[in-house]
Amino acid sequence: MTTTATPEPSPVIGPGYNYGSITDKISLIVLTGNTPLSWFAGFAVSFAMLQLLQLAVVWTLLFGVGTWGINIPVGWGFAIVNFVWWIGIGHAGTLISAILLLFRQQWRTSINRFAEAMTLFAVSCAGLFPLIHMGRPWFGYWLFPIPNTMGIWPQFRSPLVWDVFAVSTYATVSLLFWYVGLIPDLGTLRDRARHRLTKIAYAMLALGWRGSARHWHRYETAYLLLAGLATPLVISVHSVVSFDFAAGIIPGWHTTIFPPYFVAGAIYSGFAMVLTLMIPLRWLYRLEDFITTRHLRYMANVMLATGLIVGYGYVMEAFTVWYSGNPYESYMLLNRLTGPYAPAYWALLLCNLVIPQLLWSDRVKACVPLLFGISLVVNVGMWLERFIIVITSLHRDFLPSSWGMYSPTWVDWGLYIGTLGLFLTLLFLFIRVLPMISIFEMRTLVPTAPAPAPAPQPTPAAGD
Amino acid sequence: MSNGSDTAHESLHPNRLGQWRSLDELAGTPEFEALLQREFPERAAEWLDPVGRRAFLQLMGASLALAGLTSCSSPPSHTIVPYAKAPEDLVPGKPLFYATAFAQGGIGTGLLVESHMGRPTKIEGNPQHPASLGATDAFAQASILSLYDPDRSQTVTNGGQITTWKAFVAALTSRLAGSSGAGLCILTETVTSPTLAWQIRQLMAKYPQATWVQYDAISRDAVRQGSRLAFGEVINTVYRVERAEVVVTLGAEFLAAGPGHVRYARDFFARRRVEAAPLNRLYAVDSTPTLTGAMADHRVTVRQQDMEAIAWAFAGALGVPEAAAISASMPQAAWVAAAARDLKAHQGASLVVPGDEQPPIVHALAHAINRALGNVGQTVIYTDPIEADPADQMASLTALVANMRAGQVQTLLILGSNPVYTAPADLRFAEALDKVPFRVHLSLEADETSARCQWHLPEAHYLEAWGDVRAYDGTTTIQQPLIAPLYDGHSAHELLAVLQGDGPQDGYDIMRAYWQTRLSGEFERAWRTALHDGVVGGTALPPKTPGWKPSFAPAAQPAQVFEIIFRPDPTIWDGRFANNGWLQELPKPLTKLTWDNAALFSPATAERLGLQNEDVIELALGGHSVQAPVWILPGHPPDSVTVHLGYGRTRAGRAGSGIGFNAYLLRKSTALWSAGGVEIKKTGRALQLASTQHHQTMQGRNPVRVGTVEELKKDPHVIAEMGEAPAKDETLYPPVTNEGYRWGMAIDLGACLGCGACVAACQAENNSPVVGKEQVLLGREMHWIRVDRYYAGGPDAPETLHQPLLCQQCENAPCEPVCPVGATVHSQEGLNDMVYNRCVGTRYCSNNCPYKVRHFNFLQYSSDQPTLRLLNNPNVTVRSRGVMEKCTYCVQRINAARIRSKEDGQPIKDGEVVTACQGACPSQAIAFGNLNDPVSKVSKWQASARNYGLLAELNTRPRTTYLARLRNPNPELEKA
Repeated sequence: MTTTATPEPSPVIGPGYNYGSITDKISLIVLTGNTPLSWFAGFAVSFAMLQLLQLAVVWTLLFGVGTWGINIPVGWGFAIVNFVWWIGIGHAGTLISAILLLFRQQWRTSINRFAEAMTLFAVSCAGLFPLIHMGRPWFGYWLFPIPNTMGIWPQFRSPLVWDVFAVSTYATVSLLFWYVGLIPDLGTLRDRARHRLTKIAYAMLALGWRGSARHWHRYETAYLLLAGLATPLVISVHSVVSFDFAAGIIPGWHTTIFPPYFVAGAIYSGFAMVLTLMIPLRWLYRLEDFITTRHLRYMANVMLATGLIVGYGYVMEAFTVWYSGNPYESYMLLNRLTGPYAPAYWALLLCNLVIPQLLWSDRVKACVPLLFGISLVVNVGMWLERFIIVITSLHRDFLPSSWGMYSPTWVDWGLYIGTLGLFLTLLFLFIRVLPMISIFEMRTLVPTAPAPAPAPQPTPAAGD
Repeated sequence: MSNGSDTAHESLHPNRLGQWRSLDELAGTPEFEALLQREFPERAAEWLDPVGRRAFLQLMGASLALAGLTSCSSPPSHTIVPYAKAPEDLVPGKPLFYATAFAQGGIGTGLLVESHMGRPTKIEGNPQHPASLGATDAFAQASILSLYDPDRSQTVTNGGQITTWKAFVAALTSRLAGSSGAGLCILTETVTSPTLAWQIRQLMAKYPQATWVQYDAISRDAVRQGSRLAFGEVINTVYRVERAEVVVTLGAEFLAAGPGHVRYARDFFARRRVEAAPLNRLYAVDSTPTLTGAMADHRVTVRQQDMEAIAWAFAGALGVPEAAAISASMPQAAWVAAAARDLKAHQGASLVVPGDEQPPIVHALAHAINRALGNVGQTVIYTDPIEADPADQMASLTALVANMRAGQVQTLLILGSNPVYTAPADLRFAEALDKVPFRVHLSLEADETSARCQWHLPEAHYLEAWGDVRAYDGTTTIQQPLIAPLYDGHSAHELLAVLQGDGPQDGYDIMRAYWQTRLSGEFERAWRTALHDGVVGGTALPPKTPGWKPSFAPAAQPAQVFEIIFRPDPTIWDGRFANNGWLQELPKPLTKLTWDNAALFSPATAERLGLQNEDVIELALGGHSVQAPVWILPGHPPDSVTVHLGYGRTRAGRAGSGIGFNAYLLRKSTALWSAGGVEIKKTGRALQLASTQHHQTMQGRNPVRVGTVEELKKDPHVIAEMGEAPAKDETLYPPVTNEGYRWGMAIDLGACLGCGACVAACQAENNSPVVGKEQVLLGREMHWIRVDRYYAGGPDAPETLHQPLLCQQCENAPCEPVCPVGATVHSQEGLNDMVYNRCVGTRYCSNNCPYKVRHFNFLQYSSDQPTLRLLNNPNVTVRSRGVMEKCTYCVQRINAARIRSKEDGQPIKDGEVVTACQGACPSQAIAFGNLNDPVSKVSKWQASARNYGLLAELNTRPRTTYLARLRNPNPELEKA
């Protein structure tokens, strides 16, 4: 790999591929009988973490949210931190699929399927929290406008109701978008599957896809429409999530900068998570030819840009505090810088603002392990950011008499680690049963010139 | 025993024929055990195992209690008289009020007790009673919880075995038959009850050699001794605080504890309202921080050992002849001189109040000073003592212990008190008690003393029994029961009647027998009037002019030593309320601690000793030592440590056992309130203390606005200008008008003592749960009203500011728009209503509440315990897990008033709706009413120049506003 900046961008697909070899390579990951041991190991760990989630959720439902560390004044704790973090992670998928599609960024092709799946799983994790964080989760449906005889109707001025709509719309559109994008590949898998049951399963999922020109036409239209629908959602979801805070009057929440700042933060963390997951996967499944250093570099660039926007948000928050002269706001900032949670704030600045500046260097962007490290740092940093926003704003607000502290319990940690387990479990299942890279879209990347030779890498052992 | 000729001892053995005629005959026999094993085979193993057997007895007690509960909804069997406007019949939802009285240290406060369908549910003050005038303190409020305490003693036990009153009576009568009372001793707490005293005197006549000892752990011996030093006799002092323009306290907590404090607080703060009258001025000399001192315009703190010198200095400066030779040389000399000049300038309208815990000489000097100032007959009224026998309690207890140890006490009846726990450690009371062959203990709980006595008798709670009690001025109340005893309890009156040999008598008959000849006018009518009013007319003691027979002189001052100060606990008193969850969880007014006591140090001393909050230290004194956690208390005098009595109980019940440390172990009979020479050792351990407030300063935000009288006179806007409130028309929305009623509240911070009576009253009225220390540590206490305490100024002599904080019922409530299900909404009358049924528990409302006055049921806090359910106010929903709750302005009371007004066709009058906090407040610091009525009290208060809205700059438009605290400093001291 070259590290020098070349006028001609490095390719988005390795040399020497033709239609057949692309299809073989991607579909055989799914249709193989020899699942790699590393998959089993990863799945086992993830599944164990998922059991922790189960325990923590049952515990919460049995005894109440009092098993968490929340209190008065800190009424929201890890649950909301995790909710916002997961929703943010989900953002990269839609951004990559929809916005980059509309901008005709071809390089998105090899990562969009995976990023969309990640979105779905992240939203599933996120969606769990608003439900179980309620004092009486069995009445969670009262937040939906369901006609009923009880006189219950949502109170539409509450940002939490907007949240319900924003997140559920987002989850629905993301699911549709992802599934529609999968249909041609499901057809491919149906055609190539050997086992009868596998064939039937993929056939049902493929919805009768035969690859006719009419099918392709309708597919392209639907996909483009969905992309158009999903694009505003990228902006709206996290803007609405940020309203949960911005509509409050608590110093540290009551900020007009929150919507753009949250969206940038979401994309930032989303891309970081894509990198965190992609880098080990491309190494494990030897997908370096499909997910090239050019992809990694582009994603690093997006991270750098959104990271700078987030940094700008931090600076403007401080500036507004100073400029407004509001004593409560000033204290809020002072408390973040020097209060009991100051280590978290300084760690956040280090993770989100300082370390990502390494990405200015092309050498750093070309060093895959380093990039992986930075992506992890950004994930941690973005989680800390939500922690700072939720906890430090609440724990010391207006009246010193009501100030308190928050510390998570084992149930809080269990839920957090457990949702990581849920996310990874779903992801492992996904890469095992569905093509993690869009086969038919990858085929469009093959240079139109006839391929000189078959792909150089050894074909995996023929599956059944 | 049905056969009176059998002795008690015989009854413990099986009948020759193996038959049994009564349960008590059977109790404790092998046959009974065999029967139990047959009846409860699955418990057979437990019966043999000592621990399991205890558990079994508890279970059995509980089931007996449940059996007892079936009868508890019936009213007492004798006619008692409802207070006023009795509905024709018992109407569900319509409470009845009965007058009775609550006694603490033997001294009564008149009450009206609310009863729903025969269950007492809430305590209010009796407006006709001079010690109450409608208000109460936190103890009285919470005493109703003790009635329903599931850990209350429920059965007579003998040697730990359940038995019956009959068996006890048989045992006792056989023991005393033909005796002249030699070796018989009755140990009571301070007795002011005329009937009990009459009964005891009768008993003394029957058993001339018997002795009667009174002992209260929080004794007023020093007061009585001081009176003897000054007058040669015991005199009761009543203050007319409302007449005093200048008040000096010498270590006195007279506004928050002690006889008449509820009344004194009301009278004192009536003179603290600049709108009504010129302000009085309070100088406080504190030997440990007091709530009274916290209200002072000028306060100095000295160690208790220096209090005498201060008192002499005052006496010298005010021309007391005995102090002619005194020249003050202590560091506070200038302060004392200035205060003394102020006193002198207000002769006849000034008042010097010594603290009950101060040494006798301070009391004697206070008498001398008040005499020199011409205050006697003006602000100080002397009467005969209210105690039936104003004996020196500690001396008589010491003598009793000596007799017990010498084997001269054969039969000891302990009525109500818990001396095994409360007696000073040097008496070694428990050890001496074991030498008494026949020991009987009558008490509400099976406590430490019960455990050392063969016989334990369950006592009837004061709401279950007839009795009488005198108030601080002698006014007598006949206490009527609100409910038949829940368990097998009897009162001390009934026990003494048995002792007298009159056979079992009912408390009602005893009361009537005593009062038959003592009520003026036709008896039945007078009796009904006395019960109805809650006071027996004309029983207040007449003023008297005792002869001045001083027998005190200046003594050499002892060397300065590090001092330990003992005080009753501000919420659980001498330990009797240890199992009362409301009082345990009521934050102690100054420290804001719950569920624990602590060793209190001044910041400077703590720093010098290298101590931090929650460090566990060992306090050693006179061969005894306890381990106590440290709490640093600004304003504490240096080089001393204050410990509160009442904790470290071992047999208080599930709530009160095993928490805190027992300070009685350090207390000596010769030094009840302070002692020198305490040794402090660090242990290196720490104990988490559950404080409800973690930040003590206002951070420059001034939630409590403070001004001086002069400042307000100069500029009436001075208070308003301390913050900014947006104008009401700065909005795009149409103004909201509340036609009809517009409820509002105003709280006078100048009158808030911080005592916590409002918190206890709110908890009782609104079925607020007790959550326990663990949950308080997590910040989840459920009090709808809290009293914030801030310090201003330096840590050694800070100004202490109190601010009750409850839902501000904002007109622009930040909680309302954020609720996703509309569970908190505005009512037509401007209340911020909480709809529990609709709440799903997102807690967004609480996050968005700038006052943090919302409380969340993080776990299932409300109790399912059967007796505690009887306590619930039926007009207030009991909240379940996962629901937000908060102050409602006692909406159930508003609605009750509305129903009445609709029936009458009259609008609700001002003062007709009294919130629970308002009603309990001794200093009348809360006004509540209709803001649409321009002449209502609350409208007038809100029109005051002192009025301001807390955090009004957020445009929340709080309906609850505060009146700034005003100081009335002495210009001479203010300059310095």
